[in-house]
Amino acid sequence: MSTELPESTVSPPTRAPFTTSRRTFIATTTLAGGAVVAGGLFVGPNALGDESAAEPPSGRVSLTVNGVRHTVMVDNRTSLLDLLREHLDLTGSKKGCNAGACGACTVLVDGQRVNSCLTLAVRLDGAEVTTIEGLADGEDLHALQQAFIDQDAFQCGFCTSGQIMSGVGCIKEGHTGSAEEIREWMSGNICRCGCYTKIVRAVDHAARGK
Amino acid sequence: MSPQPQASVGAPLSRVDGRLKVTGGADYAADHHPEGVVHAVIVDSGIGRGRISGIDTGAAEAQPGVIRVITHRNAPTLPYRDNAGSNNPAGGRRLRVFQDDQILFHGQPVAVAVATTLEAAQHAASLVKVVYDAQPPSTDLSDPDVPTNTPTTYARGDAQAALDSAAVRMEMTYRLARNHHNPMEPHATVARWDGDRLTVWDKTQWVIGGTQTELAAVFGIPLESVRVISPFVGGAFGSGLRTWPHTTIAALAARETRRPVKLVLSRRQQYFGTGFRPACEYQLSLGSDRSGRVSAMVHDMRTETSTYEPFGERGILPLGQVLYDTPNVSQTYRTARLDVNTPVAMRGPGFATAAYAIESAMDELSYELGIDPIELRVRNEPEADPSNGNAFSTRRLRECYTTGAREFGWDRRDPKPRATRDGDWLIGTGVATGVYHTLRNPAQARVRLDADGSALVESATSDMGPGTYTSMTQVAADALGLPMRRVTFRLGDSLMPNAPLHGGSLTMASVGSAVLNGADQLRQQAIRLAVEDERSPLYGADAGTVVVRNGRLHVPDNPSRGETYQQLLARNDRAGLEVLGTYTPVQNRFTIEAYAAVFAEVAVDARLGLVRVRRMLGVYDAGRIISPKLAESQAIGGMVGGIGQALLEHTVTDHRDGRIVNANLADYLVPVNADIIDLKAIYLQGEDMDADPLGVKGLGEVVLVGVAPAIANAVFHATGHRVRELPITADALL
Repeated sequence: MSTELPESTVSPPTRAPFTTSRRTFIATTTLAGGAVVAGGLFVGPNALGDESAAEPPSGRVSLTVNGVRHTVMVDNRTSLLDLLREHLDLTGSKKGCNAGACGACTVLVDGQRVNSCLTLAVRLDGAEVTTIEGLADGEDLHALQQAFIDQDAFQCGFCTSGQIMSGVGCIKEGHTGSAEEIREWMSGNICRCGCYTKIVRAVDHAARGK
Repeated sequence: MSPQPQASVGAPLSRVDGRLKVTGGADYAADHHPEGVVHAVIVDSGIGRGRISGIDTGAAEAQPGVIRVITHRNAPTLPYRDNAGSNNPAGGRRLRVFQDDQILFHGQPVAVAVATTLEAAQHAASLVKVVYDAQPPSTDLSDPDVPTNTPTTYARGDAQAALDSAAVRMEMTYRLARNHHNPMEPHATVARWDGDRLTVWDKTQWVIGGTQTELAAVFGIPLESVRVISPFVGGAFGSGLRTWPHTTIAALAARETRRPVKLVLSRRQQYFGTGFRPACEYQLSLGSDRSGRVSAMVHDMRTETSTYEPFGERGILPLGQVLYDTPNVSQTYRTARLDVNTPVAMRGPGFATAAYAIESAMDELSYELGIDPIELRVRNEPEADPSNGNAFSTRRLRECYTTGAREFGWDRRDPKPRATRDGDWLIGTGVATGVYHTLRNPAQARVRLDADGSALVESATSDMGPGTYTSMTQVAADALGLPMRRVTFRLGDSLMPNAPLHGGSLTMASVGSAVLNGADQLRQQAIRLAVEDERSPLYGADAGTVVVRNGRLHVPDNPSRGETYQQLLARNDRAGLEVLGTYTPVQNRFTIEAYAAVFAEVAVDARLGLVRVRRMLGVYDAGRIISPKLAESQAIGGMVGGIGQALLEHTVTDHRDGRIVNANLADYLVPVNADIIDLKAIYLQGEDMDADPLGVKGLGEVVLVGVAPAIANAVFHATGHRVRELPITADALL
């Protein structure tokens, strides 16, 4: 759930959190192609409970996700993964362990692969984030996406977004000199269906432009 | 199979849902966000047995954003009607959420916090204070004083007498650790009530019989009042075969708060919020003559279950009865009642457990007698099912071994243990047999052909990864005479025709046969319409000779005589044709099973005890292969799962308080990419038309069953050291 506000109404980060809330701590202003796209004020459901309870600290962040700039007020506890999934409706990145052990949440932040579950959204002011939803060029899949299909490098598909984002990072880093090297540098992404040999093949093919 | 040309079945096609899965467009349970959805987080018990003596939710409820905290003190009474026919173990009393103050295992849900944001719900859950009257739990399977349920037994011949008189007698005890499925997708439920009607988006392997029936039973509402939607399942391996407490909690929280509720188990909560493959102690005595003919086997098995439900591994007995032509067999299987949550089937249930013991024992016997392990197996290969005399429908295990031995280079093997080295590494090879019985259940599928010549096929089955979407599309496309792109297969909605559980390797045989039946019927309906229609070029043709190809009905010996589905339907002013395909398994006099011969080469670091699986080969007799590209993925995935079972996977419980100490993916080890080097799968060409109309025998289980013993046997060959416990860890080899 998100609250969309015109840019001018977004609270500056130094100001006390919303006085209107006990509801939702995120405000989103989206700038696409330079134009301000602002939704009207959406008031979330009121909570029950003690009026005196303190609002959780929140902060204002401007970040670009898949080429679209978002300025958001975000609960300081919110991970990049939860920001993407629960507030920006980008559910392609998956939560497999929420502890950095499985890699299902892998996205690129400023070109580097990161576990978005371990990355606090509030720290990402000015960051450029690429998720699985932003990898293809319109209808044209990224070479690694196509390679995953061709090699059947997935079964259930739940780890696939993370595998592909991690594979893009792996190729970019130049860690694709051999199957052994790919295996090592792709080991942060667990595939419980066990498609590893095919994942290696897909990364190798994409790296070599096959 | 139908007389239709087979263009799609058997072709190495890519997944039809591949594009969705590589673009992040496949929606799993937790990806659904109904308008106004709020978040629920479960508070789980911090003791292993006892009762709740006090619970304070004040601090949690005072948090901004918190809507409600539900505990046994304010939860409504739920009807919890019986749900016979589901996977709830018969004779048990399932865990009833928030209905009393009793704690039956560590991690049992004691409260749920509902809040407008996930962060608020998580924090609120952490603030719920629970005080317990704790008692020491009993969680150790090896404790001889643990009470057990009535044993299941089997006997043929006189196993004890045959054992006593055998020239060679061996007695071993094998132990298997508890394993957790750990699908990548955590279990999750999004629940919404519209008046007295409930909709859930759920991770499940049994949309109707598992989830819809259970929610109707728990809430005491008509089946039709519950809709279950589950288009994608991010792996499950058995963990989705039952409806676990969190699904009920999500629905309860949604009803109590009058909001749609999303509840996702944390990775830690998977370990006690869903089932597991129970730990097992397997005593096996065997007697043999010097030529390797096994005359007697005595199996004594014991696995974990909970105090409230008697879960037994139904698949643990059959292997010991049918794998070898042993005249004298006795089996005793007990389940031990422990203060744990209830186990559930996990990939290759029972068979994988029994295969580790039996196939390790046969390997031990081969060294005892100095007979090649493959030759020993061949000498004990039955000609008919030794448990009932039935013929096997197809049993090409010998061929699996012959093919495998050739491809793997078995003849280059030095049979002597600890004889092959590669620097610091001791090299060994091993083999084992995998078997899984071919299960088939009744199923239905609706097949609709539209006026534009495209088809829609639906069945309330699932696709946890094997490729149901793709393989069903292949079957329907060929039977309808349409290209793949003109056929859409949908699944995962309780409004669709009924399908059995998506597990036990039975989906292709069961749902696939229903799809085939529906598509065959529909094609025949269209052909009849044409040959009886004076305006059709096919008027008067023998319906039995008409085939459909690329959507065009024609007579094979005169291809110009024909017309398309579109032309036929338009001229007859029909919007489409629709048929309900059905499949009912036929009982016959055959024993029907899928088989695997599994080969493994390991390297063991002589000084560190580290085990690496250098290469594996599986050769399978699994009947017809509908989708070769996807079947290969299943097989290598089964090997990876078996590598985990053999070398890594072990759920560790602290017996002092019943807490699982490695309930996360950093400490519960599963294979990662660096662990997997070279895996190869070969499917024997063939079909088994006594199994089902498609000729398939099931894949998902058999590809895992023989993997762990093949690796264990290779470890022995490498090191000369027999480890009779899974997982085989470095410390056991030092």
